[in-house]
Amino acid sequence: MSDHPDLTKLIFGRLSWDAIPFHEPILLATFAAVLVGGLALLAVITKYRLWGYLWREWFTSIDHKKIGIMYMVLGLVMLLRGFADAIMMRLQQAISFGDNLGYLPPHHYDQVFTAHGVIMIFFVAMPIVTGLMNYVVPLQIGARDVAFPFLNNFSFWMTTAGAVLVMASLFVGEFARTGWLAYPPLSGILASPDVGVDYYIWSLQIAGVGTLLSGVNLLVTIIKMRAPGMKLMQMPVFTWTALCTNVLIIAAFPVLTAVLALLSMDRYLGTHMFTNELGGNAMMYVNLIWIWGHPEVYILILPMFGVFSEVVSTFARKRLFGYTSMVYATIVITVLAYLVWLHHFFTMGSGASVNSFFGITTMIISIPTGAKIFNWLFTMYRGRIHFELPMMWTVAFMVTFVIGGMTGVLLAVPPADFSLHNSLFLIAHFHNVIIGGVLFGAFAAINFWFPKAFGFKLDVFWGKCSFWLWVVGFYFAFMPLYVLGLMGVTRRISHFEDPSLQIWFQIAAFGAVLIALGIGAMLIQFVVSFLRRDKLRDVTGDPWNGRTLEWSTSSPPPAYNFAFTPVVHDGDAWWQMKQLGWQRPLSGFIDIHMPKNTGAGIILAGISTVLGFAMIWQMWLVAALAFVSLLAVAIGHTFNYNREYYIQAADVARVEAARTEALASHV
Amino acid sequence: MSDAKSYDTYNTAAAPLRFHQETEHHPENGTLLGFWLYLMSDCLIFACLFAVYGVLGRSYAGGPTGAEVFELPLVALNTSLLLLSSITYGFAMLEMQRKRVNPTLVWLAVTGLLGAGFIGIELYEFGHLIAEGNGPQRSAFLSSFFTLVGTHGLHVSCGIIWLITLMVQVKRKGLIGPNKRRLWCLSMFWHFLDVVWIGVFSFVYLMGVLP
Amino acid sequence: MSAHTDVHAGHGHDEHGHGEHHEHDDGIGHVSLKGYMIGFVLAVLLTAVPFALVMSGGLKDPSATAFVILGFAAVQIVVHMVYFLHMNAKSEGGWNMLALIFTAVLVLITLSGSIWVMYHLNHNMMPALMDPRNLP
Repeated sequence: MSDHPDLTKLIFGRLSWDAIPFHEPILLATFAAVLVGGLALLAVITKYRLWGYLWREWFTSIDHKKIGIMYMVLGLVMLLRGFADAIMMRLQQAISFGDNLGYLPPHHYDQVFTAHGVIMIFFVAMPIVTGLMNYVVPLQIGARDVAFPFLNNFSFWMTTAGAVLVMASLFVGEFARTGWLAYPPLSGILASPDVGVDYYIWSLQIAGVGTLLSGVNLLVTIIKMRAPGMKLMQMPVFTWTALCTNVLIIAAFPVLTAVLALLSMDRYLGTHMFTNELGGNAMMYVNLIWIWGHPEVYILILPMFGVFSEVVSTFARKRLFGYTSMVYATIVITVLAYLVWLHHFFTMGSGASVNSFFGITTMIISIPTGAKIFNWLFTMYRGRIHFELPMMWTVAFMVTFVIGGMTGVLLAVPPADFSLHNSLFLIAHFHNVIIGGVLFGAFAAINFWFPKAFGFKLDVFWGKCSFWLWVVGFYFAFMPLYVLGLMGVTRRISHFEDPSLQIWFQIAAFGAVLIALGIGAMLIQFVVSFLRRDKLRDVTGDPWNGRTLEWSTSSPPPAYNFAFTPVVHDGDAWWQMKQLGWQRPLSGFIDIHMPKNTGAGIILAGISTVLGFAMIWQMWLVAALAFVSLLAVAIGHTFNYNREYYIQAADVARVEAARTEALASHV
Repeated sequence: MSDAKSYDTYNTAAAPLRFHQETEHHPENGTLLGFWLYLMSDCLIFACLFAVYGVLGRSYAGGPTGAEVFELPLVALNTSLLLLSSITYGFAMLEMQRKRVNPTLVWLAVTGLLGAGFIGIELYEFGHLIAEGNGPQRSAFLSSFFTLVGTHGLHVSCGIIWLITLMVQVKRKGLIGPNKRRLWCLSMFWHFLDVVWIGVFSFVYLMGVLP
Repeated sequence: MSAHTDVHAGHGHDEHGHGEHHEHDDGIGHVSLKGYMIGFVLAVLLTAVPFALVMSGGLKDPSATAFVILGFAAVQIVVHMVYFLHMNAKSEGGWNMLALIFTAVLVLITLSGSIWVMYHLNHNMMPALMDPRNLP
């Protein structure tokens, strides 16, 4: 800053009209489309007077079910953005050979692959995982809500605030050009003086607050709020995996927060922790960020292991094979996840002793994962398998994930890694486990729990279209990358000279198109299912003949989840209730204690967005104001002691009577 | 199937199983556990900062060493202030337990003042270092030193703001259940910062002046 | 961070209507003057000894001094945990202790792992710079 900071500089920082990408036609067109679409959406909401409804019933809601659904919506919307980046990259690499430079200049291409990685991990996979846990866990343990309902709402909006900042970078300024983990010195102030890395830092920091708090929240929920009688070893497997995931979140995300804070110190204050001068050591950043990064992988996949366990036992109509071993495998993975981080940078040069330690721990961690695969197989063995959509996704997962897992073990061998690291083989490997594991799991879960959340099943025809397009598309898109990786092609390259490689990239691009159609089919599936909702209606609340407590209540569940808190005697609690002929109580309802809605979460997150934006653009005055008001609103919120209310017994009786009637008319 | 068979044993039991509870179920309050878990995550933030200091703490880059810039008497004074504030917070908790509002507030105020004194001395130390040209930009050692000690100081400052907020709330509402719980949380926070400070004065200052 | 801790702490029931007996359920334990005083005296001793040791010039061998300092710090951390943070195996059904042990293990992994990894890296990649005196 100059010695005489004028007011404009304090208010607008380095933001100017130059930051709007008028000169980039692709971005401008996107911007125009988003603007028109956004305005149309706002107009529709205004026309049908939905603002009040949205504000009261959704934005300020502390109901874990609604928050869970909002997380899923956020994740799916961001999936579209992340996938748009993906298909742009595939297209660029398919055409950019020899004299053809493709349509994306390197400057833009680098932003695209960075944004793709960041968005897919932080704003697609994380919201989907958190959303699933949010929706399902309280229902599975027979609770009315989570332990800290307000915090839940706040966490969601902080995650959204992070996503908003990433999206803003598309149209105001630019995003990082550093790859998704923003290694210094490339992400340092000398190599990246513009706002890209700052967008990266602040969006992740703000979303990280939400993730951490939601981890604490769900862990306390599982520990404290289980239905009477539910022992730890009687929890549904999904709840178990959610428990371990949240332990990982609480123990890993602080590391990300710390390391990003250190990077911002280097960038904003000129410290020398990760710089190349005055004693800084950039490799320390790499070391630290992977201490977060590796557990993060398990944060994403463990809940999906839970989903597959629920799906397999439900659709094989059998108790899960090896429940105990499943639980212990999950716990072992949770602990081992912290002992393998160096396998992401074997080539850094720590030498044989360090590399062999981390290579061996990495190979060990595949053992509990393998045990899980066998447990699912044995559950299916001699079961009466119903190939509904969730089960199809599960089978696709088992095949795909095993391939990805084996290439992973291959990469765990340090000498092999020396030739494969940073090659497209690695890209193929982690897409193989993340798409084959996390995304297929998410789709299994969406198809599985959608009827619970909305009261009607998803359309099977379009679901199958989406399934086949996705699975086939995945193999077309990523198997060529294995081949290319073995041939030595490295990642993050926007132009190639060797024409013999082109065919493989074209096959991969074809796969990406199939995946695009798969995503389209999924969107059509949602629309068609909504239009045919009366045909697809599930009145029973238990469309799949389920085994755990979420299927014992209506679909969608009432605000209070269960009219009476269930008492649990068995691991498959609802299955046991059905076997022993439990009758739904029709009278004797009581007042139910529930938390009140509050707008504090969205307001705090809104101010955080402003704070983040101001820090990115160095608008110091705005940042200071935002910070002070953030503090003031947060403190003000703690003066509100009156946060709960009662749902009257009469209201409960009315809701339950309606369900009784629906059940009677159905049979 | 085998499932059904195993459930028969339940049915033959003397009393049929109860599958729901007719009265409202009150789960235990999770605030203290939740706050403890938050502290554990905070602990890992500090672990990273300690790790950075552990790796970079001797990268002087031709600048001053710890032995040259640390003033142990000042650190000793600071440490004793923080230690005293711990015991005064303990006294506040004892008064809270006796349900006496004003003595609780007095001890909280004493704690806050000791904390403010701690911050004041730390600011003096930082200001002194920067004035001598030994600011965080001088070397990786000083960068990691300022970051670690500064983050601890930032936590203490947040603790003081929280403490003032809580004093107002206790004054207004008295020692009601939620306020007691909040006081207990702040107590954990305050003592936790003391634990971190043990690491700081041992690992950074005392070991930093060793040759 | 304070904003979040504040929000976090602020999560209470106001009208749970269960009176005093509910409080033990909420995990608020009993504190005693004796406990605080024992903790304080021990803490003062455990702080004073290493300070005195270092300020009086330390032992002959600096690494021995370092071990003594770390030893005292470890003991003092335990003292604070027991007497000030009221840590025991029973609070919150053992979850507090479990979380603490897990965190301690992770802190140890993060610290010693990072130092180990980075030491070997420096050793292999820039052996000439391993001696701090050679640093630019």
